[in-house]
Formats: sequence, structure tokens, C-alpha cells
Amino acid sequence: MEAFKKTSSVVAPLDRANVDTDAIIPKQFLKSIRRTGFGPYLFDEWRYLDRGEPGMDCSTRPLNPDLVLNQPCYRDARILLTRENFGCGSSREHAPWALVDYGFRVLIGPSFADIFYNNCFKNGLLPIVLDSAVVDRLFEEASDGYRLTVDLDAQTITTPSGDVVDFAIDASRKHRLLNGLDEIDLTLQHADDIRAYEKRRAQAAPWLFDG
Amino acid sequence: MVPKTLYDKLWDDHLVCYLADGSALLYIDRHLVHEVTSPQAFEGLRLARRQPWRRSANLAVADHNVPTTETDRKSGIADPISRLQVETLDINCAEFGITEFDMSDPRQGIVHVIGPEQGATLPGMTVVCGDSHTSTHGAFGALAFGIGTSEVEHVLATQCLVQKKSHNMLIRVDGEVDAGVTAKDIVLAIIGSIGTAGGSGYAIEFAGTAITAQSMEGRMTICNMAIEAGARAGLIGVDDVTIDYTEGRPFAPEGERWEQAVAAWKQLRSDDDAHFDKVVTLDAATIKPQVTWGTSPEMTAAVDQVVPDPADEPDPIKKAGMERALRYMGLRPGTAITDIAVDKVFIGSCTNSRIEDLRAAAQVVRGKSIADAVKLALVVPGSGLVKRQAEREGLDKIFIAAGFEWREPGCSMCLAMNADRLEEGERCASTSNRNFEGRQGYGSRTHLVSPAMAAAAAIAGRFVDVRSMQADAGGCR
Repeated sequence: MEAFKKTSSVVAPLDRANVDTDAIIPKQFLKSIRRTGFGPYLFDEWRYLDRGEPGMDCSTRPLNPDLVLNQPCYRDARILLTRENFGCGSSREHAPWALVDYGFRVLIGPSFADIFYNNCFKNGLLPIVLDSAVVDRLFEEASDGYRLTVDLDAQTITTPSGDVVDFAIDASRKHRLLNGLDEIDLTLQHADDIRAYEKRRAQAAPWLFDG
Repeated sequence: MVPKTLYDKLWDDHLVCYLADGSALLYIDRHLVHEVTSPQAFEGLRLARRQPWRRSANLAVADHNVPTTETDRKSGIADPISRLQVETLDINCAEFGITEFDMSDPRQGIVHVIGPEQGATLPGMTVVCGDSHTSTHGAFGALAFGIGTSEVEHVLATQCLVQKKSHNMLIRVDGEVDAGVTAKDIVLAIIGSIGTAGGSGYAIEFAGTAITAQSMEGRMTICNMAIEAGARAGLIGVDDVTIDYTEGRPFAPEGERWEQAVAAWKQLRSDDDAHFDKVVTLDAATIKPQVTWGTSPEMTAAVDQVVPDPADEPDPIKKAGMERALRYMGLRPGTAITDIAVDKVFIGSCTNSRIEDLRAAAQVVRGKSIADAVKLALVVPGSGLVKRQAEREGLDKIFIAAGFEWREPGCSMCLAMNADRLEEGERCASTSNRNFEGRQGYGSRTHLVSPAMAAAAAIAGRFVDVRSMQADAGGCR
């Protein structure tokens, strides 16, 4: 996994609540057996005026001007500002894959759906939860050229006027993200604990180990 | 001893160890695998030269991409990308030694239908799958939740997941529901009440007399949609209904082992004075058949209501969401739900494709015909075994005589990854779980309902209160 430390970028404000993972990456693109290449189809049904199919050359497709990402000033945004319950619905990790492949490194919103939130951390994508009043303020301020600096180590967001907003994050997730660590390797360091558990459990509930 | 909730007990039983930061390594008893969220996980194992930790804990099946017509099953999947994904599952399972029900296996079906049907899901287990509707299995007093592909790889490699404990929520539904009001209506009413983020960060235990009165099929419908209320896991305590359903299933324990297991499973309920962080209560008697009108499962109304007016919504973000939903759905505020006409009807999905669901729909359909305006009405059984059972009971004949198509098992039009989908602007009465924009096809319009309500809509060509139809038919249930 790619490590994440700090980013400074234009902020794309996506002013919708309950953005579901079907909207983030529609199902026809889930047929891919790869982890990459989803970026051109991110928000496909909102982003283009035609119907998207896997393998299409997206550079020639008609863009929907209503989607904020299609406005030239937000094209290079690495930070996405969202509303409540972003990433609800399906557990598809293709959603964070698509966001990362597109170029996003940070999401900021008042809340994220549980499975999606968890999936982000496996892919070097930092979801930041802020108080809804702060998110409201960012939405008011976020316009053409509005940049934020997100520093994971310091757990701060710095606004163009120099205001610093702190954010909370779980210590182990922060550590893994800062160092780009492989979670499986970390867990396998506990292989003896897992074997000891299996032995214990097989005595208490042997029917679970008959198969 | 501190009284525990069911979730607390399941958590404690599966705790391998706590990690330095307070998160936990949780042991996974059953890992269900399907073709969409697993290829990248197997590829990850291959790249890291890892093997599955415990092969027998895994069970795989292809369900999302599979065709549902007999001809297409025989000739193979037409879409080359879908075909490659299904073949990749076959190859991965063969290479890594994982049991798979492939497309030609009579036991093939939707992963959340076959797990319980085979007894691969047992009370007291931790069950995970790269699919958010894994919450279904919580109906067995199991801790079951959906995971992403990185976690699929993690479970394959370590038989564990790194988890933070959720909070405990209790949703109590007491009293008796009206005839014609089903598990689907109960869970939609719950989601309408607490919202799609209401359960975020919680494991939801469903309890109360209206819940325990449900069969296992009904309980699975309710836990299935816990994720639509934002909760990764839904749970229901074990009782005789759970144990009776499980007995004799192919993967269930037998003989002395069975007796031993049953004794342990009887403890799988929340202690009387256990603490819940949040408690929600609903009165079953007030729940009516539900029809969703918008593009989020929380946008639901009773069949005798009208489409709500965004002008009445004080919260500006919610109001904007309602306006966008009504535009997408092509509906005007104030329209009676029963004035909404449907183009297609879909009876199926991991929410409502089990034998009892098909019986309920067939009872409404029996001796009637689908309305002329209904272009397509599909019944897609949840598994090959459900299909066979329905055929033994003659349900297929009832559906076919009424003008329904009787299909092979799979996820089908719930998410339209195979050829079964809605055309742009088409409106569907669907027994599935998500009414998101584009879910059943580009520009599709989904109304979530129970199997009986979907069947009634197919006959009438618009939504009707199934209770009135049943009364016409002589008050049958």
C-alpha cells in the first residue's frame, strides 16, 4: 500500500448526502479482475451524459457539466468534500480503488459508512470525519482555487486563511497509513496467538473444526 | 458476572488477542466467497506467495454475474468480461483448494441463501464475505458482516480480521403485525424510522415478539437489510426456530456433536439486563405494507400514503436529496402510492428469494394474470435447491400461468450485473434491497417491496395494498 503523509490540494465540494458505492463506481465496472483502472469510471453515471461500459475510451465521452468534478477548476483536486454517510451501500472496495485511481487522497465529511471507511485505509486513502458545522463552513468557503493542506502526522487541516482544524484518527490506522504497512504481515506476527486460539476453541466448540 | 449482549458474547468467543492500540484480532469461522470481490484477493495471495490459513473454513459460489435463463446457462455466459470473472473464481478455488459450488452445481445460488441452506452458517459463528449483505447470517445468532477485498485476502491468509468493537443497539418490535405485513415491511419501516445512517457504528440486535414470531426466512430478510440502516451486523438471538432450521443441514454437526452444539447455542441470546448503547422500539401493529418512493431505502412510505413533499422538509440537505430523488424517480409530491404504475416486477435477491418468499408471492398470484402493461415479471429463486423445492410444490406453474418468467438462481436484477436489467426510465416493483440510482440498470427506477406486494403489483399493474387483494380472495393469508 502507498503511504500517505501530507497533501496540499484544491478541494472538490460534492454537496450530496448518502452518496452510495453504486454511484461511486457502477456495477458494470466491477467485472474487472484487477485493482486498477477504475478512475475514468468514478461517478460514471453523474460524470458523463452517455451510458458507461467497461473498456470505453472516456476521453471522448460527453461530460455532464453539473458534476462539480467536471468544472475545470476542480480537475486536479486531490481532496473531496462530502456530506453525511458517504460510501453507504455495497462493500465493494472498487469504490476506494476508483477514488484513488482518479487521484483523490483525502475525503472530508461529517460521516462515512462503516465498511467503506474501513476499506479506505487499506488503500492509502484518508477519510477525515469533522463536525458537521465545520464541514458546512468548508462547503461555504470551498470555491475556485480554495486549497487545503492535510497533514496526517500532525492531524491537521490548514485553510487558505491559515486556520488550523484538528482531526481525530485511530492511532494504528494512522501508523499503517503513514508507513504504508501491509496488514497481513502485521497479523501474521500473531500466528502463534491464532493457533493457540484455534486449539482453545476446538475444545470448547469442536463442531466448528470438523470440516 | 457483567450481563452481556449477544454481540458481546460473540465478540468475546472470537477474540484471539487485543493489539497494542486496543483493536482486536477476531477469529473468523466461516468465509463465504463470490466472484466479484475475490479475484484481487486471490491475486494478492499469489503475489505474496501465501496459502489459505484454513481451507475448510471457506465456501465459494458464483452468483452476481451468472445468467438466469436455462439456455444461457447451457451455452455459457455471453458477456466475455462476466465470463472471465466467473472462470477466474473456478480457477482460484481449484488452485487454492477451496470448495466451490460452480454454475452447473444444483446447490449453486446466492451466497447468502446457500450458506444457511447448507448449514455452512451456524449459530455462534463469525461469518464474513466480501458482500455487504452478509449481515443476513446474523439471523442465526451469528456475528456476520460484509468486508472489502483487502479483508477477503486478510481472512484467506490469516483466518482473522483486525476489528474495533461496535456499539450495541437494540431494536425491539413488539406486538402482532397485520396479515399481509411481512418481515420486509418491518425492516423497511425500521430503516424509514432510523435512517440509512442510523445504525452506523452499531451492531443491531432485533428483538421483540414481532421478530421472534418470524420464520428463519423472515429473520434473514430483516438482518439482510441491517446494512441498509448503516449497521454492518444485524443479529437475532437463538431459539427453537433457529435450531429446528439448522438441524440436518449438510454442513451442520450430527449426533453427539449436535447435542453439544445445541447446548452451547441456547446461550446465544442477550442477558436480560444487558446494556445497549441505544434502544429503538416500534409497535408492530402500526406497520403497514411498505413501498419505497425514492433513491435511498429510508425513503419509504406505507402503501396507503402519498409521495411526500420536499417543501415539508426543514433540513436543507435532506430536502435537496428528496428533490433529486423525486426528479430521478419521475414522481410528483402528493401522488398516491397506489397510483404509481410499474413496468417490470422482480421477485428475487438475497433479501427475498427463499422458499417462503416464493410461497407468499405465489399465493397472491394464484389463478390471476399479470397486467397487460407489465412488460416483464421475473421470479429468480435464491438457489437451485429453493427452485427445486418450489417446483415440487407447483409454485413454478402458478407463476408461469400468470405470465411470470421462472428463472435459474442468482443475484440477477437486484444489481443487474448479468443480462437481467431495467431499461432507462423503467419502473420496477422489486423485492431486492437497494433503490439507488442506476442500481437495476442505467436510469432504472426501483421501488422496494415485499414478495407479496411485488406479486400484487404485477397483477394490478400498479402498487396496491396486498391486504385488500387478500381480502377479495376470501381473507387468505
